[in-house]
Amino acid sequence: MEKHVVVIYPHPDDESFGASGTIAQYRKQGIPVTYLCGTLGEMGRNMGSPLFANRETLPDIRKEELINACAKLDVELRMLGYRDKTIEFEDRDEVSEHLKGILEEIQPSLVLTHYPEYAVHPDHNAMGAAAIEAVRLMDPENRPKVWAQAISNGHVKELGKPDISNDVTPVFDHKMDVILAHKSQASGILGQFQENWATEDMKEAAKKQLGKEQFYIWDFRE
Amino acid sequence: MKPIEHEKVQQLMQTYINKDVYIHLETTNGAYAGHFNDKAYNVGAYIRNAKLNYSQAKLIGDGKSYRAGLKTELGWVYAEGLTDWTMHKEDQLLLAGHDREGRLMVALHISETPLGQ
Repeated sequence: MEKHVVVIYPHPDDESFGASGTIAQYRKQGIPVTYLCGTLGEMGRNMGSPLFANRETLPDIRKEELINACAKLDVELRMLGYRDKTIEFEDRDEVSEHLKGILEEIQPSLVLTHYPEYAVHPDHNAMGAAAIEAVRLMDPENRPKVWAQAISNGHVKELGKPDISNDVTPVFDHKMDVILAHKSQASGILGQFQENWATEDMKEAAKKQLGKEQFYIWDFRE
Repeated sequence: MKPIEHEKVQQLMQTYINKDVYIHLETTNGAYAGHFNDKAYNVGAYIRNAKLNYSQAKLIGDGKSYRAGLKTELGWVYAEGLTDWTMHKEDQLLLAGHDREGRLMVALHISETPLGQ
């Protein structure tokens, strides 16, 4: 049984699409979960459907959506204050030290993050790399396990099958509810899935795409 | 935001002439363009809070989408595909272009005060 789970992703909604089923399952067991959210998704392209956001109002809107989603998931939220699309340009050591300080304070038994170079968005790759480096810098005796999430096309071919394949369909209603808390992003992203399954309703299409949450266990042996 | 009203936005652009202004200029097709379509090529660029001064401003288009050009002392600022506009915090003129799904494709913001971080 985990002691405390820390989720490290760069954007409001990464936690919902990527790991909210797994998070919900941990919360059901009474395990505390903290989400370290890197940015406020300031540069997101989805502006709501119908349109209700613009580039200047989006950060405040996404912050509120993030707070709502975390309330629904019953997780502690910490916002790290980086800016969307710039994490890979920050000093990597500084970001790792920043994360390490928080991890040493929380002392989690498990960290969920993105798999560097296999997570499509440059912020995902940079945040995942910084998170893994942060754990690597910790005293090996206190290191949490790291589960890294790959989402790029064809990652299974290169990395093999994920070590963890978590069926979250039993909590999928909850997952959808959390995703929909991100109002400005949800319909745009879900719509993209639906294009592939045009005959089904949105929830069934989403379940096919998001019903399984998969992770690779990071190997820290040098 | 609302569809661009040509005369109104043209007039607003002119109110910033010969003043130091802060510009946000952006274009993108999103970080996932190549992920969802392997024939697509990811492009994107933005500059935020570039400080400049322009002497001439024009908005030209066909009623559906517009091009904006600002003439500066040493060069130009240009954005194409603008469809919508709004005033933000009274002194910030926001122009943007969206695709059919409402996703932002291009943005040009002009402000007398620095834009939010």
